Amino acid sequence: MRTGCLFPVWLATCYSSFSVILLREGAPPSSQDTLAGILGRKGDAVNWIALKMLMGDKSKYFAIVFGVSFACFLIAEQSAVFCGVMLRTTSQIRDTHGADIWVMNTGVRYLDDAKAISDDSVFRVRSVPGVAWAVNLYRGQGQAQLADGTYQAVILMGLDDATLAGAPTHMLLGSIGDLQIPDAILVDEAGFHQMWPSEPLSTGKVIEMNQRRAVVVGVYRASQTFMTLPIIYTRFSQATLFVPPPPTGRLTPFVLTKAQPGLPPEQVARRIEAQTGLKALTKQEFLDLTMQYYLRHTGIPVNFGTTVVLAFLVGTAIAGQTFYLFTVENLKHFGTLKAMGMRDRRLIAMILIQGMVVGGIGYGVGVGLATVFGIFSQRAMPLLAFFLPWQVLALSGAAMIVIVLLASLLSIRRVLVLEPAVVFQGGS
Amino acid sequence: MNPTTPTRKGVTCRNLVKDYGSGESRVRALRGVDVEIAPGELTLLVGPSGCGKTTLISILAGTLDATSGDFSVLGVNLQRLSKPAKADFRARNVGFVFQQFNLLPFLTVAENVAVPLIINGSSRATATTLATEILHAVELGDRTQSFPSQLSGGQQQRVAIARALVHQPRLLVADEPTSAVDARTGHAIMELIRQMALQPDRVAVVVTHDARVFGFGDRIITLEDGRVASSKRGERSFTHDPLAPA
Ligand SMILES: Nc1ncnc2c1ncn2[C@@H]1O[C@H](COP(=O)(O)OP(=O)(O)OP(=O)(O)O)[C@@H](O)[C@H]1O
Ligand SMILES: [Mg+2]
Repeated sequence: MRTGCLFPVWLATCYSSFSVILLREGAPPSSQDTLAGILGRKGDAVNWIALKMLMGDKSKYFAIVFGVSFACFLIAEQSAVFCGVMLRTTSQIRDTHGADIWVMNTGVRYLDDAKAISDDSVFRVRSVPGVAWAVNLYRGQGQAQLADGTYQAVILMGLDDATLAGAPTHMLLGSIGDLQIPDAILVDEAGFHQMWPSEPLSTGKVIEMNQRRAVVVGVYRASQTFMTLPIIYTRFSQATLFVPPPPTGRLTPFVLTKAQPGLPPEQVARRIEAQTGLKALTKQEFLDLTMQYYLRHTGIPVNFGTTVVLAFLVGTAIAGQTFYLFTVENLKHFGTLKAMGMRDRRLIAMILIQGMVVGGIGYGVGVGLATVFGIFSQRAMPLLAFFLPWQVLALSGAAMIVIVLLASLLSIRRVLVLEPAVVFQGGS
Repeated sequence: MNPTTPTRKGVTCRNLVKDYGSGESRVRALRGVDVEIAPGELTLLVGPSGCGKTTLISILAGTLDATSGDFSVLGVNLQRLSKPAKADFRARNVGFVFQQFNLLPFLTVAENVAVPLIINGSSRATATTLATEILHAVELGDRTQSFPSQLSGGQQQRVAIARALVHQPRLLVADEPTSAVDARTGHAIMELIRQMALQPDRVAVVVTHDARVFGFGDRIITLEDGRVASSKRGERSFTHDPLAPA
C-alpha cells in the first residue's frame, strides 16, 4: 500500500466496520432495532416496517447483503488493480526525488520513450532564470551478463557524477555514496532477486554490461514498475560506458531541474521551454503525460475496462437477482399492505429504503473486503498491482447506487402491477 | 336499533358486473348483482364455490374494480375514486380479515396490529399502544411480543381480527375467516367478529361456505353463478343480542 492512498483506505475501513455493525442488525429477531428504530423515527413508521421486512429473515438478509458486497468487492478490487497497474507506469518518475522539473526531447511521449538531447543541454537549462540547479540523468536499457553467462535486460539509470541527484531514497544495503567507487552500481531489491533467485541480499555481486565489470555496492527498494526489469543505478559517466555508444553520439536523455524556492515549477518549466526549445515538464505533468500515453495507446484500459464492466455486470446480476427475489418472496406481504390501503408511493419508498440499506451496507463490506484483500495480497504477492485512491471508492459507490436502483426498479415494477385483490385469492 | 335508518349508509349495488380477462378467455364472475347491505348487522355471503363471493367483497372493499354497474359503499362511489384515493379509502374505512390470516411474519403480534394505524399516519408508539389495548380485548394481551409463527391458527385469526378493527373502520370484510381453523375455533372467531365488529354504523360482511357458522348471521345473502339467489334474515341461533351492552 502506498502513502497518499492511506486516507481512502482508512475511510473504507471505518465505513466497512460500521457496516458490519449494522449488518449484525439482522441477527436478533426483533429485540434490538437500532437502524430500523432510527430510520423509523426519523422518517415515518413505514420505513421501519420496510427494514423489519428486510432484516426479518436473517439468512435471506445476509444473502442479499452478501450479493451486493460481492458485487462491490469485484468492482473495487478490479478498479484498484487497474489503478495499481497504471501507477506502475510512472513509478520511476515518482521515485526520483529532489527535482521538480524534467527536461527532455520534444518528441518524448512517455517515460520509456526517452530520446537523447544534445549533451550541452544541461548548461543551457542552468542559464534559464529561476533554475536553482540542473543535472543530467541517464536512462536507458542495458544488457547485464551474469556470472553464469545468462543475460538479463535491465533499466540503467545514470546519476549526475557530482551530486548524485535523483538517487533512490530507500536503501536496504550499502549507501548512495558508495556509487563513487569505480564500477559501482545499485540494484533494486526485486531486481536482485530476479538476477540471483533465492539468494539473500548482499553486496559484492559482479555482473558485466557492455563488456565492463559492474559491482553491486548497494540494494535499494523501488516501487514496482510496469516492466518489472531490474533497475540499476550508477553514475552518469559510468552509465554511458555500460551501453554501446549510440549512433547519434548523444548520450543525455533527461535533465533534472529544480526551480528556485518561491517560483512555481510550472512557470520555470515554461521558461525553460521558451529559452531552450526543449520540452520541460513538472513532475506531475510528466506523470500525467506518461499515464495518458498508456491509457490512450495500450490495451491496458480496454482490457481492464472490460474486466471492470464485467465485474459490474456480474455484480448487478447477483445483487439485482437476490434483491429482486427478495421482493418477489415478499410480494404477498406487499399485497397485504397494499390491500390495507398503503399507497403506491409508500410501497416504492419501502423498496428504495431496503435497497439503500442493502446497498450502503453491501458497499461498506465490499470495499472493506477489497481493502483487506489489497493489504494482504500485497504482502503475499508483491507483483500484484493494487492501488486504492478515493476515485475507486467513489466509482464503486456510484456503481452500487446504479445496481441498487436497477434492482429496485425491477422490484418496484412487480409491486406496482400487483393487484390488491390478490390477497383474497391466495390459498382459497 | 333500526338498520334501515337512511342516515346510516351501508352498501348498495345495482346490476354489478365483473368480467375477468377479455376476448376468448373472458370469465363473467358477477352477472348483475343487486344487493343492499345494511350497517349494524352481520351479513354472511354464502354460495357454492366459484359463484363470485370473493369477487363481490373485493369490489366492495375497493381492492378490485367492477366492470359495470352502480354501487356505493358507505355512501361513497368507489368507481369515481382515483387509485391513491381508493387506497386512502381502504386505509381509513376498511378492515380486512383473510382466510390465510396474512399476518406479517417479521413483525410481532402487537406490531402487526399496529400496521393499519401506521398506514393511516400514526406514530409507532401511539399505534403500538392502541394495538396492545385491542389485543387485550381479544384475550391475547400476553402474546403481544410473540411472532405470528409462534401462535396457533385460531390465535393468529384473532390477531387478524384485532388488526382489522384497530383503526375503527366502518366496513369489515372477511373472506372465509373460519375455513383454516377447526370447528370450535371457527365458532369462537365468529363470536369474536360479532362482539367486536357489530356497531350501529358499521357494515360487516363475512364470506363463508362453512354451514356450521351460518347461525351467526343477521342476514344471509346467497350468491349463485354470479347473481344474488336470495337475501334472508338469519336464524341467529348462536348468540344473544350482540348489541346489548356487555
Ligand atoms: N383473477 C381471476 N381471473 C380469472 N377468473 C377469475 C379470477 N378470479 C376469479 N375468477 C373466476 O371468477 C369466478 C368467481 O370467482 P370467486 O373467486 O369470486 O368465487 P368464490 O365464490 O369466492 O369461490 P370460492 O368459494 O371457491 O372461493 C370463478 O369462476 C373464478 O374462476
Ligand atoms: Mg373465494
